[in-house]
Amino acid sequence: MSLSQKEILEMIEGLDLPLSIKEALRSGLDGVEVTEEQFNEIIDNVLADYEHSRVEPCEAVGVVAAQSIGEPGTQMTMRTFHYAGVAEINVTLGLPRLIEIVDARKIPSTPTMTIRLMASDDPEKDYAHDRDKAREVAWAIESTSILHLGSIATDLAEMNVLIELNPGAMEQRKISAEEVAERLREETGLDVEQKENLLVMAPEEPSYRELLQLVETIKRISLKGVEGIKRVVIRKEGDEYVLYTEGSSLKKVMQFEGVDPTRIKTNNINEIGEVLGIEAARNAIINEATDTLREQGLSVDVRHIMLVADIMTVDGEVKQIGRHGVSGEKASVLARAAFEVTVNHILDAAIRGDVDDLKGVTENVIVGQPIQLGTGDVTLVANKR
Amino acid sequence: MTKFAVKDHEMVPEHVLLTPEEGAQVLKSFGIEAPHLPKIHVSDPAAKEIGAKVGDIIKIIRKSTTAKQSIFYRLVID
Repeated sequence: MSLSQKEILEMIEGLDLPLSIKEALRSGLDGVEVTEEQFNEIIDNVLADYEHSRVEPCEAVGVVAAQSIGEPGTQMTMRTFHYAGVAEINVTLGLPRLIEIVDARKIPSTPTMTIRLMASDDPEKDYAHDRDKAREVAWAIESTSILHLGSIATDLAEMNVLIELNPGAMEQRKISAEEVAERLREETGLDVEQKENLLVMAPEEPSYRELLQLVETIKRISLKGVEGIKRVVIRKEGDEYVLYTEGSSLKKVMQFEGVDPTRIKTNNINEIGEVLGIEAARNAIINEATDTLREQGLSVDVRHIMLVADIMTVDGEVKQIGRHGVSGEKASVLARAAFEVTVNHILDAAIRGDVDDLKGVTENVIVGQPIQLGTGDVTLVANKR
Repeated sequence: MTKFAVKDHEMVPEHVLLTPEEGAQVLKSFGIEAPHLPKIHVSDPAAKEIGAKVGDIIKIIRKSTTAKQSIFYRLVID
């Protein structure tokens, strides 16, 4: 007698298997007539296969992961800058990027954000599919300096700085001449004379040097937008417009009208850790590392990268793989000494009178003992009877 | 300004705060003590949002590319 569909589903549900295998079983057995005997045979085979695919106890997964990422890493280009598909925005890729990720650098060398916009059925609020609305958001986010709005000149005879504002540019970026003057007053603490679209400023001391310095200061002032977002580029992806930025400021950009805060991304992993938490940082490490490897045409099993990400985030904060992180926090003196700065570690340990229990791999290799891995981890005790 | 909760972000997996009894059950099933678990800071945005306190255990339901779903536990620390 064949089993009913309901019985099959119930039996699958009760199995100790990952969800993906259960789903495969369910779809594979959908509408198939099987007897209990056949079903049990299927399940036994699946369980045996699953058991076979699992990591053996005492297997050195870390070493396997290191080799599996390291070997393809040798084929990566040493120095690549790539224009991530978007004109002008340049992103570090290849080996330098991979090193940056595992080193958990506080700020990546080329911070960038991918900003997705709110989609809605209401055309008034549909930022994702309307180019003009997307452009509005981009201008609101982009840090605006005086050079975006007009030109700046010095009048040596009068010893003052002339700023000529372009009404069109101001209109686009939604800022008025009064607001510009106000911002300049705030930032420089100097008086700003405003005649329509012409702003006149004079340095405190009427000296040549002061005058030129004032020009430099004014150029650096962020009048509007998010500080650190140097450029925003719009690109159409599928049917929606996506913004790419040079510079990253997750927390601030998330709050802008029209930005979809649930899909915003940055390549600054530490920033993700601070704003979204450690689990999001772990996901970011996995995504960034896989993307970097894939972009170079290399395929590394995601499980190895997951192991690295897990180790980096195990203490609740993003730790680097290296002297100041994972390797530097090993309990064993000899294991730490074997990695980097050997003398310092041994000297410090000698001063403190540290004891090495010789439980790890490295320290046992150093002293010439069997390592406690695989068969080396099993000891037999004879039962005298 | 749009209202935003950390848990809504696509990169943040579901965090579930366990009761002390559930926590003890988890530790027993693994045969370990609480300090052996991976950690999460009490100031972590995702932990804050579910109101976790130091010493609690958080169950994290991760979306996995290999197993579809995987369960992870973290101990809340200072």
